[in-house]
Amino acid sequence: MTSPFSDRDQRIAFFQQWFSDTIPHSKALGLKIIAVRRGFGSMQLEWREELVGNPETGVLAGGPLTALMDSCCGMSVATMLTEPKPFATLDLRIDYVRPATPGKAVIAEAECYRVTHSVAFTRAFAHHGDPKDPIAAAAGTFMLGTKGEVTRPQSIGTEVKS
Amino acid sequence: MSPLLERLAEVRKSGDVAKIAEAIPYARWMRIAPENGTGELLTRMRYHDDLVGNTFLPAIHGGTLGAMLEMAAIFHLLWETETETVPKIVNITVDYLRSARPVDVIACAKVTKQGRRMVNVHAEAWQDDRAKPVATANAHFLIKSDDAPPSL
Repeated sequence: MTSPFSDRDQRIAFFQQWFSDTIPHSKALGLKIIAVRRGFGSMQLEWREELVGNPETGVLAGGPLTALMDSCCGMSVATMLTEPKPFATLDLRIDYVRPATPGKAVIAEAECYRVTHSVAFTRAFAHHGDPKDPIAAAAGTFMLGTKGEVTRPQSIGTEVKS
Repeated sequence: MSPLLERLAEVRKSGDVAKIAEAIPYARWMRIAPENGTGELLTRMRYHDDLVGNTFLPAIHGGTLGAMLEMAAIFHLLWETETETVPKIVNITVDYLRSARPVDVIACAKVTKQGRRMVNVHAEAWQDDRAKPVATANAHFLIKSDDAPPSL
C-alpha cells in the first residue's frame, strides 16, 4: 500500500498544509516547509521589511527566528511520534551567533534526536544556505501528552515511515 | 546616534513610551509595545488572530511569546538603563509554563546582572493573572562591544 507520504513532494505538501498553512502565525510568517523525514524537518522564512528589528540595517528581529525555530523543532517532534499525542514546547534556547543578512531567506533545520514517554529533545540551526555558517542555534524540549485533543499536525507524523 | 536612540531621547521628553516600538517594524507588525501607565514599564502584545499557533485549543504560538519576551527585555534596557547603544541579543532561553489563550499578553523585565559589556535580563509574561505567568525568559545582551551581532 502506498501512503501519501512515500512521495517526497506529496509529503512536503501535507506538512506545508498542517505545519504552516493552517497555523495562523506560521502562515502569517509565510513559513515554507522544504524538507521533512522521520526525525528531521526544514523550513524557510523569507526576509520581509515587517520582520526587521533594526530599520537602520534591515537585519531581522530575533522574534521571527524564534518562531521559525520553535515551529521547525515542533515539526521534527511530530515526525517521531509513533502514536498521536498532543505536545507543546517546554523550553527553547536560541543562540544568535551572527546577524542574518538583510534580504536573504533564512533556512532552519531541526533534528528530534530523542523521544521519551513524556519529553522530546530537539536541536536546530538556522542559516542562509550553508549549514556550516549558522546564524542561530537552538535547543528545544517538548512536553508530550499535554492537555487537549490531538490536532492533525500532532498525528501526521505517525504516518511518516522514513 | 541611531534613529532608535534618537527616538528614545524624544520619548524621554514626551513620556509616551509606546512610541519606542514605532521605530521597530517587527514590533509594529506584532502589535508589541511598551506602556508605563502604572509607573512600571510593561510590554503588551495585543491579541490578533495572526498570533495563534493552535486553533484547536486555541492557544497563542510559542514563538510569539518568545518574541515578545525578547522585545520586553529590549524595551526595558532601552528605557530603564543608560544604554548608549541598542542592546544586541546574544541568547535567550524561554520556559513555557502554561498555554496562552487568545487574549493580550503582558510582560515585565528586570536586569539580573549588569556588567560593563554584558547584561543578563529576566522577563515574565502573563495574561489575566500576573501570579500565573504563561512564559518566562532569561536573555543576555551585549551593550557595548562592536563585535556583536547587530540583530537589534
